[in-house]
Amino acid sequence: MQISPTNIFAPASTPADSVFGLSMFVIVTVIAIFIAVSVLLTYAVVKFRARRSDDHSEPAQVYGSNQVELAWTVIPVLIVVALFLASARVIASVQDAPKPFSALEVIVTGHQYWWEYRYPKLNIVTANELHVPVSDPAHPTPTFMTLLSADTDHSFWVPRLAGKTDLIPNHPNSMWIDPHETGLFLGQCAQYCGTQHAKMLLRVYVQPRAEFDRWVREQQQVSQSAASAGERVFQSTACVNCHTVAGTPAKGLFGPDLTHLMSRDTIASGAAPNTHEKLRLWIQHPDALKPGSKMPPMGLSDGDLDKVTAYLETLR
Amino acid sequence: MSTNTIQLTEFPVSRPLTLRLHGWVTTVDHKRLGLLYVLFALVFLTAGGIEATVMRLQLIRPHNDLVSPQAFNRMFTMHGTTMIFFVAMPLVFGFANYLVPLMIGARDMAFPRLNAFSFWMTALGGLLLYFSFLGGDGLYGGGGAPDVGWFAYAPLTSRTFSVGHSTDFWTLSLLVSGIGSVGTAINIITTILCMRCPGMTLGKMPLLAWLNLTMGGLVVLAVSPLTAAQLMLLVDRYLGGHFFDAQAGGSAVVWMHFFWVFGHPEVYVLAIPAFAIASEIIPVFSRKAIFGYPVMVLATVAIGFVSMSVWAHHMFTIGMTSGANTFFVLSTMAIAVPTGIKIFNWLATMWGGKIRFAAPMMFCIAFLFQFLVAGLTGVTLAAAPFDWQLGNSYYLVAHFHYVIVGAILFAIFGGFYYWFPKVAGKMYNEGLAKLHFWLFFLGFHLTFDFMHIPGLLGMPRRIYTYEPGRGWDVWNVIVTIGVFFQAAGVLILAANLLLSYFRGRTAGNDPWDAWTLEWSTSSPPPEYNFAVVPTVRSRRPLWDLKHPEDPDWRYE
Repeated sequence: MQISPTNIFAPASTPADSVFGLSMFVIVTVIAIFIAVSVLLTYAVVKFRARRSDDHSEPAQVYGSNQVELAWTVIPVLIVVALFLASARVIASVQDAPKPFSALEVIVTGHQYWWEYRYPKLNIVTANELHVPVSDPAHPTPTFMTLLSADTDHSFWVPRLAGKTDLIPNHPNSMWIDPHETGLFLGQCAQYCGTQHAKMLLRVYVQPRAEFDRWVREQQQVSQSAASAGERVFQSTACVNCHTVAGTPAKGLFGPDLTHLMSRDTIASGAAPNTHEKLRLWIQHPDALKPGSKMPPMGLSDGDLDKVTAYLETLR
Repeated sequence: MSTNTIQLTEFPVSRPLTLRLHGWVTTVDHKRLGLLYVLFALVFLTAGGIEATVMRLQLIRPHNDLVSPQAFNRMFTMHGTTMIFFVAMPLVFGFANYLVPLMIGARDMAFPRLNAFSFWMTALGGLLLYFSFLGGDGLYGGGGAPDVGWFAYAPLTSRTFSVGHSTDFWTLSLLVSGIGSVGTAINIITTILCMRCPGMTLGKMPLLAWLNLTMGGLVVLAVSPLTAAQLMLLVDRYLGGHFFDAQAGGSAVVWMHFFWVFGHPEVYVLAIPAFAIASEIIPVFSRKAIFGYPVMVLATVAIGFVSMSVWAHHMFTIGMTSGANTFFVLSTMAIAVPTGIKIFNWLATMWGGKIRFAAPMMFCIAFLFQFLVAGLTGVTLAAAPFDWQLGNSYYLVAHFHYVIVGAILFAIFGGFYYWFPKVAGKMYNEGLAKLHFWLFFLGFHLTFDFMHIPGLLGMPRRIYTYEPGRGWDVWNVIVTIGVFFQAAGVLILAANLLLSYFRGRTAGNDPWDAWTLEWSTSSPPPEYNFAVVPTVRSRRPLWDLKHPEDPDWRYE
């Protein structure tokens, strides 16, 4: 049974696995130290307590001992050296891993309070739900991510795939994952970034290669304009200032790309499921789902709201 | 010795309240200023505690909507800023102010008026911070209390992201109180170096003086960069500067360096005076001299130096090079060695003693166990790759609360009971003190032991709510329940101090049969501390007096 979908002790990718290995070594070491020292402490407290029968004389005064001091200096030094070397090895293996040719490249940009994903070689732009192929250890297809920020600091943390790395404006970072099992992996922003830091959720879909390739082909298609009533409302309101729908005049960059909105399971960076009711509510009154988000209430009439929602539901 | 001391208790003619208050406001007496620091800290402890309680109630279940996200973000910013700068620092300074002159046989601090100035700067800082609840809206109608987090990472503090004046109140508050902190630190250093009584060489100072000397040095070195950073932030916000403005060549990372080069030594600024308290209480209640005094001094000074070179372990996730990460793993883990030495020396001090379980010692024994755990979870966080998972999670939050509450606050509570008879001249109520201990002990462990777990399960800090189904729910309930036991414990402490002050039995000069100079004068001490400036020959002058047949100076 799974304790938690975000358990750091259930690694499913090499960087998380390396950290897991190190963490077991560190935890066993510190637990051993804890037991040894706390047994001594407990023994001292119990054994050397003042007794009722005591004669109120002072115990023998001992001022110190250089041999003993040396012993409890040298032993911790040796433990520290061991822990340091183990850490240094994992730092090098994770941070300095070479990028293979087969790697998928993704540019992750953190925004207040959502994630933008660009696949530069595949010409895909999407938001909030990252799709990557599963990586077979025999033929690794890791995903290498460049981490950018459009505004404040954020941090990309999907515990089962890798440790966190921050997204800092004008300070590009990178990290990589090579998930070796398929499925949905959850996480969330781990660096306080403003009001809705809590609902800047991460969803990583690890797919079998064929399924991933199909997803890529779908994302690469540009939907045809249906010139519907909803599209006219969308194009004539402020929606277009922030959102892009490829193949239409809507080219805003402040909000998530909506070209394939309906291919996503959630809206508002994972804050709500992508259902008709939630989508309509999100357009009408974003604060009901995510108070303080940058999505403004659009102030549309009920009729226009239905039309825009219907239009968005055609963006597959 | 303790039977034939002269009672110096005065019976002043009752003066009107206004005159008495005027006396407190204009005082330059180190003891009164020390008490002002402590009382100020207790008021802010209440505020910070209420903020913590609001957060814990909000987090008791997923998707709770007790407070808005904006309000929650203000709560954690105010809680962190308050507890560090207006509770922990004033407590530490209060103890140092009150005790250092008494323990080194001086009649006051080196610069009494600087002392008063420093306290009132800190007080002004605290008032500025809380005035933000009223004044933070500014002309823009945005803001209120600051909501940028207690380490206020750029660029969230820029005028783009923080409209109104909330961040300005935060900045000014720390700028002003920082000046007070540096003033007090210089005062403590000068006092210890220049005001010791005849015979008290550096090697014969009580450990408390050595540790506060180290603390003073750290404050001067650590708070100055913070003050500089606050000035830079003000320049950015109002004079068109770009220190932290990544859009115009500035760097958000520069702020992180400035903040943590303050922030990590700050941990030791708070911890070392707590060690100082433990280093006085443990020997007296074990009836033995401190074990390995020179090694304790060396270890403390070593911690002071090494703590200046570990700051970037707060930044393992910001994308430093592998070389930099590796260096900071080594420097951080190195601190474990002198810290371990201290724990072993306290242990060796108890070894072979006759331990008396009065409240001060109970808090110190709990301090030893909890500091051990805090140090060991610190080692797990020092392993940089492990920190990539643990950093900014609730595991980290649990770790540093273990340090600040489990170690530092427990030692300070011990100090409250240990020196209360000296300060008030009355004995506290031992039964209430033990009740405080057990309630706080239980609450502390309910809250902070179980807080590690949601962190290991992926719960980040500073989120006003969380999704169900992450396996975090039950742990958050337990963590919240612990808060009420801690609050009850603190209320009992307050009741005990008040009741004992008015109704307690007279304590006498030396209720603990202790060995340092503060116990040689009356309780409470007269304004001039000592009628005759004492002369000492060893680290335990009162031991020498009580045991003329076997004095310490033969062995030191």
